[in-house]
Amino acid sequence: MFAYVDNAATTPVGKAALESMTECLQQVYGNPSSIHSQGQEAAQLMGKARETVGNCLGARPEEIYFTSGGTEADNWAIKTAALLGARKNKKHLISTAFEHHAVLHSLRLWEKQGYSLTLLNVHGDGLVRPEELASAIREDTALVSVMYANNEIGTVQPVAEIGTICRERGVLFHTDAVQAVGHLPIDAQEQKIDLLSLSAHKFHGPKGVGALYCRKGIPLDIFMEGGAQERGKRAGTENIPGIAGMAAALKEACANMTEDNKKVSALRDKLIQAMTRIPRSRLNGHPTRRLPGIANFCFSGIEGEGLLLHLDQHGICASSGSACTSGSLDPSHVLLAIGLPHEEAHGSLRISLSALNTEAEVEHIIAMLPGLIEKLRSMSPVWQKIRQNEGS
Amino acid sequence: MIYSKAVMDHFYNPRNVGSIENADGVGEVGNAKCGDIMKMYLKIENEIITEVKFNTFGCGAAIATSSMATEMIKGKSIEEALKLTNRAVAEALDGLPSAKMHCSVLAEEAVKSAIADYYRKNGQEPPPMARLAECCCHACEQSAEN
Repeated sequence: MFAYVDNAATTPVGKAALESMTECLQQVYGNPSSIHSQGQEAAQLMGKARETVGNCLGARPEEIYFTSGGTEADNWAIKTAALLGARKNKKHLISTAFEHHAVLHSLRLWEKQGYSLTLLNVHGDGLVRPEELASAIREDTALVSVMYANNEIGTVQPVAEIGTICRERGVLFHTDAVQAVGHLPIDAQEQKIDLLSLSAHKFHGPKGVGALYCRKGIPLDIFMEGGAQERGKRAGTENIPGIAGMAAALKEACANMTEDNKKVSALRDKLIQAMTRIPRSRLNGHPTRRLPGIANFCFSGIEGEGLLLHLDQHGICASSGSACTSGSLDPSHVLLAIGLPHEEAHGSLRISLSALNTEAEVEHIIAMLPGLIEKLRSMSPVWQKIRQNEGS
Repeated sequence: MIYSKAVMDHFYNPRNVGSIENADGVGEVGNAKCGDIMKMYLKIENEIITEVKFNTFGCGAAIATSSMATEMIKGKSIEEALKLTNRAVAEALDGLPSAKMHCSVLAEEAVKSAIADYYRKNGQEPPPMARLAECCCHACEQSAEN
């Protein structure tokens, strides 16, 4: 049996997205900047896509800027806030220790430019405490950037509370919502979000396209110099097929959200129940305040990669954390941020589900995992020590 | 796949897994903080390694290099086993990704550490060749700095 359960890394392109992209590639090939009918058809299609994306976020179409993905949107949002802050001599940035590297590394870059950076504690449950944020905000705070939902452990932050605090204190609030868009209901206006990043391939759209929401009134920085695309803020001919695919995928995800979430969270809970029965296992992150699709576990005495290779041999495609860090030997910065020791953090497994996963697939995982963990533990000197200590 | 067929073979079907009771030499290298620990057990008769077993906590490459290293020293003299290099282990596995070369270093060190232990058990100073290199992993460097 084959089971793709790495949907937090990326999702397969959905039917709606594929159809709209194919149609676009074959028929709407014009450049939206061209004045002729073929070009205007592309411009119209892009306008509709902007409306669709805006609708799904509780935003106006003119507040949506298309990007090459979540990473670009994160970089852009942080750059905008940092430069705006500098104009008012505000050079303090607030974020969390377990942000995606697109945010963390961007913030570090500004830190090198003389900004000060405060990283909020995300505690053992992977949640920011709004009162801690409130006391971290200073007179010179330019930006608060807190991810909507964590990509490795799936915890969902109290975004509306964070937004309210930031608005009251006059600080810009950015949220990296890459894992949340299309999976959780979002209302940028109601939740008082100023800047929001999203990526199409996390909700069955294509790779290489995303968007930045920038609340009306915030002067967005110019990200790319050149032509007048994206209201002069991001030059370069637009990725029309990608944008069309993203809009179609998001529209579908938002329309089916309630139904899909019910199904996916039931599968997730079934998995959590079974995995936490394995001796010396733990579920990482808050037990209930989490995304419908993400479950992250640690199994003492084993290392994550070995488990992934065994799972792959049994047709199960999972992850041991963020795919972006798999080239690194360091354990997940997310798991370290929630207080796990290095040796535990090495033994993590992330299973991320989508509505395309079935009960049979989850049962296959539940059937295979305990034996594979046992196999790795049986040859692990770390596990032997744990057992000896338990016995003594 | 990031690994060669040989690595995957030794990972899925590791040779010589286990431990030896009353082993003549036992070596443990690496640390769990870095994500790799190898423990190697040797049975030595007349300077010949007659039996070798290992236990490893670590990634696919760590398990495969341990397995390959045990195969390469089984039946060999101590002198020959001390000549085993990490490069030879990696080559026998048709190469390793560069980020995983440290696993082959660990495998070489596990062999040396077990042989050094054999000398010490017999009241002898281990030969210079059994001396270990410094641990090469990033996490140790960080903890040393802190």
